[in-house]
Amino acid sequence: MPAADTPRWTRKDLLGIAELSPAEIELVLDTAESFREVGERPIKKVPTLRGKTVVNLFFESSTRTRSSFEIAEKRLSADSLNFSASSSSLSKGESLVDTALNLQAMAPDLIVIRHAYPGTPHFLARRLKAGVINAGDGAHEHPTQALLDAFTIRQHKGRIAGLKVAIVGDIEHSRVLRSNVHLLRKLGARVVVAGPRTMMPAAIEALGVEVAYSLAEAIRDADVIMMLRIQLERQSRMLFPSVKEYFQLFGLTRARLAAAKDDVIVMHPGPMNRGVEIASDVADSPEHSVILEQVTHGVSVRMAVLYLLAGVREEAA
Amino acid sequence: MSRPLLVAGGRLVDPSQGLDGRFDLLLEDGKVSRVEERLEAPEGAETLDASGLVVAPGFIDIHVHLREPGQEYKETVESGTAAAAAGGFTAVACMANTDPVNDNRSVTELILSEARRCATARVYPIGAVSKGLAGEELAEYGEMARGGIVAVSDDGKPVQSAELMRRALLYAQHYGLPVVQHAEDLHLAAGGVMHEGEWSTRLGLPGLPGAAEDVMVARDLLLLEETGGRYHVAHLSTARTLELVRRAKERGLGVTCEVTPHHLLLTDEEVWKSQFSTDTKMKPPLRAEADRQALLAGLADGTVDAIASDHAPHHADEKDVEFSLAPFGIVGLETTVALCLDRLVRPGLIALARLVELLSTGPARAFALPGGSLKPGSPADLTLLDLERPVKIDTAAFRSKSRNTPFHGWELTGGPAGTVVGGRRITLP
Repeated sequence: MPAADTPRWTRKDLLGIAELSPAEIELVLDTAESFREVGERPIKKVPTLRGKTVVNLFFESSTRTRSSFEIAEKRLSADSLNFSASSSSLSKGESLVDTALNLQAMAPDLIVIRHAYPGTPHFLARRLKAGVINAGDGAHEHPTQALLDAFTIRQHKGRIAGLKVAIVGDIEHSRVLRSNVHLLRKLGARVVVAGPRTMMPAAIEALGVEVAYSLAEAIRDADVIMMLRIQLERQSRMLFPSVKEYFQLFGLTRARLAAAKDDVIVMHPGPMNRGVEIASDVADSPEHSVILEQVTHGVSVRMAVLYLLAGVREEAA
Repeated sequence: MSRPLLVAGGRLVDPSQGLDGRFDLLLEDGKVSRVEERLEAPEGAETLDASGLVVAPGFIDIHVHLREPGQEYKETVESGTAAAAAGGFTAVACMANTDPVNDNRSVTELILSEARRCATARVYPIGAVSKGLAGEELAEYGEMARGGIVAVSDDGKPVQSAELMRRALLYAQHYGLPVVQHAEDLHLAAGGVMHEGEWSTRLGLPGLPGAAEDVMVARDLLLLEETGGRYHVAHLSTARTLELVRRAKERGLGVTCEVTPHHLLLTDEEVWKSQFSTDTKMKPPLRAEADRQALLAGLADGTVDAIASDHAPHHADEKDVEFSLAPFGIVGLETTVALCLDRLVRPGLIALARLVELLSTGPARAFALPGGSLKPGSPADLTLLDLERPVKIDTAAFRSKSRNTPFHGWELTGGPAGTVVGGRRITLP
């Protein structure tokens, strides 16, 4: 293949999936494939990012995503540093601009940010020389989650194009939903979203998805089902009356799963509410559930993202 | 007593008299004294050569936040009226959400005494609907009217209680004051930071639904039908609210409305295009394209009475934060006229005379202000326009203390070329 056709990563930051091309997405997934093997070695470490500094800036609590990034950074031999909202100046009223300027003064190479408000990674990316990786900005995007989900689907189905993917739950407040919709549509999947009408955002069809208001309709003949976490505090905002009723309407049970394809895989970004959006026998089902594999693949995908972004920094230097 | 001023050689556009043509204008004793095709300068008169310029009744911005008293770091009467003069306005009506609130005569008089000291445009204070903008007790409209208010509004906050709105509509009639509503149902709007629609869905930002405006105006119009009086919709932003106002006018209700340049020129997509710039965050929010088109139609068919900027200055530090945390609002005094000339008149969406009406005659009528006309006997307030002047919006050159605008860098053709207030040419230092 001529060199000109080889996809190259040219972005300083990974802020979302919306702005990526299919080729860029495939590049991350293919790169993740090559890092996957590192996690299976007895010595799980490569020197790729030796001497690079990565700051994990978590303004919102997160166990899974932060640990996953941290493990990815360590396996790549990067020097990493964790800031979290409770332990830093962030809780002392420092503005985000000042936080950004102070970080910049320490010359990190990459910053991984999780924040409750959409657009905050974009705000930092504009001001920092460091590459910025969005690890979740409010209900906007969570690009590495969508990439690890796609990686997991590819492992099982060998492709994304032509699959029917049902995404079920609190559509309005989910960053996982948005990043996944962008990615799956760009790679040619058919996406059906389902959830209570009170949690369905305005004009969702504009994102290229079909909308269903019953679980049965959404998952009929589905190849992949993604269940979204229901945040229980939504109940107080009149979005649903009770957990019991939510489970009756949209909880995924083994009996309901029969409507999907026989080889359907069931995914969940975690943390799960067993008995709210998903029954335990589905969550733990060895033939359908790939929920823990998602976590495993998360490390490979994040290694790929860190590697690609650090490479851009290298060339710019 | 100032010298008479002859404004000669300009194209006079005065919708109040249906005039559009070459006329000279003589200003004496603070009033327009003569309007004729050709006038000789009387003895001792000064002459203003207006050839190549449009001469219009002084533009009035009926929705401005001067921030004084209380938030002088954002704007003052002095800096705000300098911005008005630079932007082609001869008068502004300033909102009551100062600190302390303009809910009593002493604050009204403080604003006006500051205006007498240093203002370069007329200042018309708007009093609060309710004491402390708390939405509970009526403020003293009579006292404030004697002090000089021209309308009442809790702007920044809606009059949420239907009972208070009904009382305000009734009581304001004793003083001939319009009740100006910032129409927003706070329950529907709770937590929202941008228009609820495709872009809030894409960006995951909490939405401010158009319905929050619509239900409030629908309710108020039902009340107005019973109470009589005058009701004015501030910064009208949705297609459905516009339709409500259109039908209410057809039924003969005493309703008027204003729209802002940003709602006429930008949509919710701007939040993404600007990568979450907080200069795209205001209330009401930038709406969908269908709403924008409806507002343009409302300009053309006469439903809209005024274009007003909702000039809302904020300090750069307050705006340079996460989108969700930033205060709502943008400045507009120094961008409105040039934007309207280039984006509304130049492409032919409305005629120049209609724009002049929306910026002078219309707002004067809505708030029963002097001005808005160049008939002999009217106040000698003029706005001069240069329709060919290239304008590049540059926040560094603003007279306002604040810089929060999404229009920085826009290149336009046509803009203000000076103002005359009370027969005196305004010159800014």
